[in-house]
Amino acid sequence: MTSIDMDTTAGRIAALEKMLLARAFENTVQDQFADGEIPGFVHLSQGQEAVAVGVCGALTEDDYITSTHRAHGHSIAKGLEPDRLLAELYGKEAGQCRGKGGSMHVADLDRGMLGAQPIVGGSAPLAVGAGITAQYTDSDWISLGFVGDGATAEGQVHEAFNFAATWQLPVVFVIENNLYSEGMHFDEQHNIEDLADMAAAYGVEGVIVDGQDVEAVHETVTTARNRALDGGGPTIIEAKTYRYRGHFEGDQEPYRSAEEVESWRNERDPITNFSEKLIEDGELTEEKRDALTAAAAETMEEALEFARSTEEADIEAAYEDVFVEPAPEIDRHRERIAREEPNWGVY
Amino acid sequence: MAQTDTGEATETKSIREAIREGLREELQADEMVMLYGQDEEDGESFEVTAGLYDEFGGRRVRNTPISEAAQVGAAVGAAATGLRPVVELSFSDFIGVCFDQIMNQAGKTRYMFGGASEVPLVLRATEGGGLSAAAQHSGTVHTLVAHLPGIKTVAPATPAAAKGLIKSSIRSPDPVMFFENKTIYDERGEVPTGDVTVALGEAAIERSGSDVTVVATQRLFGEAMSVARDLEGEVSIEVIDPRTLYPLDTETILESVSKTGRLVIADESPMSYGFHAEVVASVVEDGFFTLDAPPQRIGVPDTPLPFAPGLEQEVLPTDADIERAINRVL
Repeated sequence: MTSIDMDTTAGRIAALEKMLLARAFENTVQDQFADGEIPGFVHLSQGQEAVAVGVCGALTEDDYITSTHRAHGHSIAKGLEPDRLLAELYGKEAGQCRGKGGSMHVADLDRGMLGAQPIVGGSAPLAVGAGITAQYTDSDWISLGFVGDGATAEGQVHEAFNFAATWQLPVVFVIENNLYSEGMHFDEQHNIEDLADMAAAYGVEGVIVDGQDVEAVHETVTTARNRALDGGGPTIIEAKTYRYRGHFEGDQEPYRSAEEVESWRNERDPITNFSEKLIEDGELTEEKRDALTAAAAETMEEALEFARSTEEADIEAAYEDVFVEPAPEIDRHRERIAREEPNWGVY
Repeated sequence: MAQTDTGEATETKSIREAIREGLREELQADEMVMLYGQDEEDGESFEVTAGLYDEFGGRRVRNTPISEAAQVGAAVGAAATGLRPVVELSFSDFIGVCFDQIMNQAGKTRYMFGGASEVPLVLRATEGGGLSAAAQHSGTVHTLVAHLPGIKTVAPATPAAAKGLIKSSIRSPDPVMFFENKTIYDERGEVPTGDVTVALGEAAIERSGSDVTVVATQRLFGEAMSVARDLEGEVSIEVIDPRTLYPLDTETILESVSKTGRLVIADESPMSYGFHAEVVASVVEDGFFTLDAPPQRIGVPDTPLPFAPGLEQEVLPTDADIERAINRVL
């Protein structure tokens, strides 16, 4: 069963709750990064919640996703616990990757999250690989690869699209077109209007969807997922969306105007628009909406408390997990570095 | 049928046949083993996998588009979700087009995920000069991969090692890159029959000696053995095939040098920053006073490989180079 049944009121409310949680998560990360509590680099996705939740809501827990450097929303939507996810961003032992991945490499195979890939385009071949496993084992799950609009300029993404198409793999690719590749506008990166048009080059279905409309995204992915499961091969979905924050936290954003960002926030916000629609349809009240918003904030307060207070990453873990099998070289080099005097005569 | 020293039954096979037999046995043993690559169904450029498509069918042995980056990236995704892909990358020079996926995905995925996944994949590639294949089809690049955290690097020199190591590589829960020297595919030798593996990370002393230790890989291992035979009675040469380049069996090398006091390393890589240097560094760092002479490196003097046969032979290391190095340290 897919994680969100968008045909029911309960499902639509669940979608709103997930989007609120994704937004609250990102807001928390934004604040705590600004305060210096979160180390490293973070890339936020406020504004893109309808893509994350619409996509992952149309998937089952067994389906795999691969993600990008902008992975928090996808992770929350795929069911990763926010407290552990935040702990990962804090570099803590309780994080999904024991603090060894951080924001840019978060993964949780138990939730079908096959990893964020911050080297642009890396998520696409990885999704092909999970699709190979699905096809090879005749499984009832699919693989879905998120890529950004910028990633479609990468060679490995073309290779992945073509590979998946040639093998007719049960893979869905979702291009999140948020209009900017790092600090460069879409028009500088591509000579076509719609990235979904790329699908023609691979002989697969290409679909454009409003990435601010969670129901539309869910429906589009549902169709693509069913096609994949029925042996119809991959689909390339372009979700037109927008990010409110810069490419990374700290980005001065000289490439766009504050007015442009504000117009998306005010007119195209996926959470505002969806909750207003639910209120208009009589499925939600303003009081209930406010209560759900407050609940998401409270979840994040608890997650923040957990991330701050849970134990630091185990130092010894720095040397673990390079290999499954013993790694004698690592031990040997550690011993060499730790010597108090040269090795005068072991041999 | 012959026998090894330890009494195992053996058969004479070429390295090509030995790798193919190892692949066949692992395909038979484990349903999750799958071979894919370019021309995989036809046996690839050097016919290593010839016949396996006919035997196992297109589900187990499958052609891919010419897309090395996607092949390797997909192998990581497939391995992390339960398959054991064996990917053929053709000429090892081509790892340039999939180096990101080797370095950043195959090598780092398990670590970045905090140990949550295993990545049991094998990447096969052929390398080495001598066929006038020119600069982009002749290189020896295994040092590049051996340098990367998270990947095991294998480069067999004998049929027995080739079969035993391809089997161990496939069974390994870790990513392994398996380098095959294209000029020694027809080299023949005794191979244990049946399910006999060679452990990753174990060197083999293929010839015992007391005067000089020669650590030699791939084609140059054969050359070193030939030199050792030629000099028998004059110089007692111990020849070691490291077999696995990472992790390197430094204990076996150090023990040998502690006996001989002299070390020659022959490997077809460019000589700077390479396998040779790693062996020398390990011996100097942990066996400094065992040395009676400066260690000697034999390799390609940092040029790409040229096309013209005369030019190529000029830069490729030979048995004469090994013999000269041995004589230098005596």
